Amino acid sequence: MSTATQKKTVDLTEQYAKFPDERRGEYTILVPDMLPWHFELLIYAVGRRGYHMEMLQNHGRQVIDEGLKHVHNDTCFPALCIIGQYLDALKSGKYDPDKTAVLITQSGGGCRASNYVPLIRKALKAEFPQVPVLSLNLAGLERGNGIKLDLSLLLDIAYGIFYGDLIMTCFNQTAPYEAHTGDSVAARDRCMAALKATIDRKKFHKWKRNAQFILQTFAAVSTTGEKKIKVGIVGEIYVKYSPLGNSDLEKFLLSEGCEPVVPALMDFMLYCIVNNLNDAKLYGRHRTRALFLRIVYAYLRRRQKKLIALMKKQGRFEPMHEIEHLRKCADKVLNQGVKMGEGWLIPAEMAALCETGTENIVCTQPFGCLPNHIAGKGAVRTVKKLYPEANIVPVDYDPSATRVNQENRIKLMLAQAREKQE
Amino acid sequence: MAKLLGIDVGSTTVKACVMDERGEILYSSYVRHFSRVKECVLAELEKIRPLSARFQVCVTGSAGLGLAQRGDLPFVQEVQAAYGAIKKLYPDADAAVELGGEDAKIIFVTGGAEQRMNGSCAGGTGAFIDQMATLLNLTVDEMDELSLQAEKIYPIASRCGVFAKSDIQPLLNQGAKKSDIAASIFQAVVDQTVSGLAQGRRIKGKVLFLGGPLHFLKGLRRAFQKTLGLDDEHAIFPENGPCFMSVGAALHAATEKEEELDAIAARISSASAGENIAVGKPLFSSQQEYSDFIGRHMRSDLQFENILKYEGDAYLGIDSGSTTTKLMLITPDNKILYSSYQTNNGQPLDIVTNKLREIYYLAGNRVIIRGACVTGYGEDMMKAALKLDFGIVETMAHFKAALHFNPDVDFIIDIGGQDIKCFKVKNRAIDSIMLNEACSSGCGSFIQTFAKAMGMEIEPFSRLGLFAKHPVELGSRCTVFMNSSVKQAQKEGATIEDISAGLSASIVKNAIYKVIRARTSDELGKHIVVQGGTFLNDAVLRSFELEMGREVIRPAIAGLMGAFGAALYAKENTAADKLISAMVTEAELQNFRYTSKSVTCGGCTSKCSVNILTFADGRRFISGNKCERGAGMKPAANPLDLYRYKYEALLSLPRPMNAPRARVGLPLQLLMYEQLPLWTGFFETCGFEVVLSDRSSRELYFRGQHTVASDTACYPAKLMHGHIESLLDKGVDFIFYPCESYNLDEHDSVNHFNCPVVAYYPELLKANNERLTDDNLVMPYIDPNSEKTTVKALCRALKRYRLSASLVKRAFREGMRRMEAYHVAVVEEGKRVVAEAEREGKQVVILAGRPYHVDPEINHGVNKLLTSLGLAVLSEDAVFEEGNLVKVNVLNQWTYHARLYRAAEYATRHKNINLVQLVSFGCGIDAITTDEVRAILEGCGKLYTQIKIDEINNLGVVKIRLRSMLAAIEEQSRR
Repeated sequence: MSTATQKKTVDLTEQYAKFPDERRGEYTILVPDMLPWHFELLIYAVGRRGYHMEMLQNHGRQVIDEGLKHVHNDTCFPALCIIGQYLDALKSGKYDPDKTAVLITQSGGGCRASNYVPLIRKALKAEFPQVPVLSLNLAGLERGNGIKLDLSLLLDIAYGIFYGDLIMTCFNQTAPYEAHTGDSVAARDRCMAALKATIDRKKFHKWKRNAQFILQTFAAVSTTGEKKIKVGIVGEIYVKYSPLGNSDLEKFLLSEGCEPVVPALMDFMLYCIVNNLNDAKLYGRHRTRALFLRIVYAYLRRRQKKLIALMKKQGRFEPMHEIEHLRKCADKVLNQGVKMGEGWLIPAEMAALCETGTENIVCTQPFGCLPNHIAGKGAVRTVKKLYPEANIVPVDYDPSATRVNQENRIKLMLAQAREKQE
Repeated sequence: MAKLLGIDVGSTTVKACVMDERGEILYSSYVRHFSRVKECVLAELEKIRPLSARFQVCVTGSAGLGLAQRGDLPFVQEVQAAYGAIKKLYPDADAAVELGGEDAKIIFVTGGAEQRMNGSCAGGTGAFIDQMATLLNLTVDEMDELSLQAEKIYPIASRCGVFAKSDIQPLLNQGAKKSDIAASIFQAVVDQTVSGLAQGRRIKGKVLFLGGPLHFLKGLRRAFQKTLGLDDEHAIFPENGPCFMSVGAALHAATEKEEELDAIAARISSASAGENIAVGKPLFSSQQEYSDFIGRHMRSDLQFENILKYEGDAYLGIDSGSTTTKLMLITPDNKILYSSYQTNNGQPLDIVTNKLREIYYLAGNRVIIRGACVTGYGEDMMKAALKLDFGIVETMAHFKAALHFNPDVDFIIDIGGQDIKCFKVKNRAIDSIMLNEACSSGCGSFIQTFAKAMGMEIEPFSRLGLFAKHPVELGSRCTVFMNSSVKQAQKEGATIEDISAGLSASIVKNAIYKVIRARTSDELGKHIVVQGGTFLNDAVLRSFELEMGREVIRPAIAGLMGAFGAALYAKENTAADKLISAMVTEAELQNFRYTSKSVTCGGCTSKCSVNILTFADGRRFISGNKCERGAGMKPAANPLDLYRYKYEALLSLPRPMNAPRARVGLPLQLLMYEQLPLWTGFFETCGFEVVLSDRSSRELYFRGQHTVASDTACYPAKLMHGHIESLLDKGVDFIFYPCESYNLDEHDSVNHFNCPVVAYYPELLKANNERLTDDNLVMPYIDPNSEKTTVKALCRALKRYRLSASLVKRAFREGMRRMEAYHVAVVEEGKRVVAEAEREGKQVVILAGRPYHVDPEINHGVNKLLTSLGLAVLSEDAVFEEGNLVKVNVLNQWTYHARLYRAAEYATRHKNINLVQLVSFGCGIDAITTDEVRAILEGCGKLYTQIKIDEINNLGVVKIRLRSMLAAIEEQSRR
């Protein structure tokens, strides 16, 4: 069906600002705060290569309003939050627009989230055309307009994610139970400072020592030993993690006397790699790339396994899920071929959470999220069939959805959880 | 002894219940709180003072959540409260349905306890019913009374109040009976509850019906009973149904500590307002500023002429709008002789005939009406009924009127009761048109409904906002969301003034950012004329000017601009030798009678609900039909319509087969609309008989509705559930639908994905339909670009039939060959259509969407509408290969979407070819494509028109859009 080859090409692309990598030091690169602690570490690590990054922390209505103004009504909520943060920041006068860039990650999948880079460019066009949009992706998109990825940076990112996940996991398992208010936050701060110091001393990759330090620091926090309801958070990657996206869901759960259980970011990274491996296996796609990725996958998996072993040995904390286990969990619910957006990872995490005693789950999704129709809401029924104790509430996030409505639905789920507990 | 007190504060009402220690109810109440939550609760506390001095209290309800938090009172989630009460008071109940102001809930008690609440997008609630009653200009009670006399149920979209409105409005305008509409509204609520909430789980056994609406509305009760098939013994409507949640809260209070009533009251009254409520600037900072504003706008006005004295010619304009009817009679020098603006009350024709009688009476023999023109929703009916000379599309009428006030006008925005229309003007012709749609629909009637809910008339209510100190920010997406934003604001203690101002601002923001999608005010233009009844509201006008940062013109006749424009049109177009209008005379009006009847047209499978008005002189007017057949005419034998061609070609593909290996069912929806030739070819070569699912229809949708998992998925996806049911009922051996992350690579985009819904829908079907198993739903993961892996996957998927790999390979190749042949045929037919249209001098429209948009139930007959307007219809896949490759600004990575860009590029190079983009509601990916397609077209001076389609079965708005487009094309080609 392809007569396309003889056709000429009409180029309708508009010029956009490119990032002058050779003058990187002059620029401030803005980063959204999807995962505040992970990103702080990563920014610090990347910063050593001359990229001056800053994580945005502007929240509130004016951010959402900026997003609403600049993003199509039907575009998903995460795009709106991120673009709102960028524009609100650029308008604040804190940054010189001529020396500012913004950074976004792209997965390159069949979900419209891969289109965030053009969407951000469109939004910036009217008022800040000089601000370059940098892409961080492994799919080969936006060549020449991203952060240069070399092996050492990739390793830094991988370790940053591992440590971030570990801190997040330990913190979530400590904070609800701490005997003295503020101890967990202090422990987290200590870990962050120590990790940054290891970056300075080039000891960032001494993962065993670093991980053990994190575990010990959190284990030293004295706790009350009371029993709390554990609530898992799964769903679309941005609203699952971002406090701006999910109306501070973790904090809300803490205030309700629950322990939030948030699956690790590394799961998502490995999920993306697995999808490439599956593409090669199912459809014979990009076999060479798959060969390389298989090595990466094996490496990360080994690290993950050892980290989990370390956590088990330490004994205090419930470890994260292992990717191969997640894949098995996914297979019980749907095919791993469902790979757009967060795809099979969502039901996999739901199942894995149910198996580890976290049957109460908030499934977060942006209003009208396409992959979530299938893998989120669409899969809940199967998960409940497999795990009759599962108590799952899907919650839509949207610029106009009010906290009252979201919290009321979560409260219903919590009421059911409490009843079961009694 | 302390008594138990339960307080349920919902979105619109406060319910209280006092119980003694034996569980006997001493007091219960149900009052509307009109947003004054605290005051209302305190008043209730005063009423129960005689019962006891000490209480154990518990609060519940969506608005109670905030009150409890701030007042530090015990709280129980309302569904949980109800669940407790059901178990205690009705231990034999199996399930309960509760409808509240803005929430709907289902509680399953037996067979696995489960409690569910509606998601964020939900129509079937009390607020929805209120809104619909306002639309019918009835009280809720009157609507209920009427519904009991219904004879007919119309399909009304139930998911969203806005959709429902767009279904109902045309019914009203066509003269459908209010009683039938009332009953249809209740049925829509039932459908929404059953499908949206129960999602496959049957509501059976002994069912409790709770909440205000289900208690007070007999029609709603009846509809529920009938739909669920419950007799009186199994449908229980408890005496205390409306305040059931408060009973539950009271029961729950038994575990709380005792308190003095005064202490409780003190805590409630000291409950502070929250700080995290977003507020905007006041509309006016001083009285002086307001006076200046009023003075400035007074300058745009028309002059009046006394109809009782005037002698000479006159021209009549009628704007038969969706909620209001406007008339204007002008002199040749544009002075107003007579004008009227009136709410329809659902009877627009009666209003116009009355007004005409009045005009004839006032005019005596002195005034000669030489021409009359009608515009608006009711145009066709009015024109036929009253024999008016002209009918024009409303966008043209508004444009004409705006030109009168400012010949340099370059942007017009009209906000009416139901819709927002905006158009840019270039070279004194309409350049682009934007209309509001479902998720951006906050319009004038929203303020009206809201004012009523607050117990006020619209005028005083909106005036309250003018001097509000801290207008609240309410968001701008959809009216349902706005409702909950208001609820939130109330919870945080916003005053009614702040809410009023906030509502005005949100309507303006909705128009600017969602409908027009402007990024800066300069994008709109320098000479802006605003009009429409909603702009008569000074708060809205002021909000608009503030948001735009620019002064605009609002004619004093802002609400009458359509009628004025129509009158101007009549004036300009009445031939010099035509001395008197052909419209009904005074004498004819005396005997003017009509009857209205609605029937289902049997002309084709569309089964349009057709309304027939029969006039006293025997003439008939038929409306509601989508094609000529409904009006009793024969359609053309071989229309220039590729949509019809494709649909019929696909349906005729499967061939009957003797002694097949097995019968395979192919659901004709989503991907199958593209790949049916491939899979019929494949299976027939393998010796299977191919059975297609039933044709899509609303009935088919309802058959599968109970298995729909996600309410907000697109309509094509939701229809899929019905197709599956129909195949299962046909007893096929298995159903086949492949999961394809990747579609065919057509070498014109970065990647060639399917959208997630098309790619993986079988997973959702299998998970949510209990009748489906691994055996009867075969859904291999394949990539059709790779023959090798596809053959392997197909062999594995069809293992039980022991097909040899070579057969599967041969069959797959045969399938691909047939798909290629089908595609070539479509392209050939496209060429025929283009050539034929050129010969006949017709305009051509590429109806650009997805392959599944050829389904008549999905496109709702847009193609027929286009051909009936004298256009030829192409599909995007017939022409995209003629288009050049396009490098777009977005990531071009979906096969179907790449076709859109190329089809648009093709259109830009042909003078008589235009493009109309069909977009399914909820299609997240089209949020990205639409801007790009628009840019391609507008970059070359072409008009961009987009039509959003969902389950709404009405083409009224679509017709306006298409006619506006045609008028603009005509205008363009004239220049």
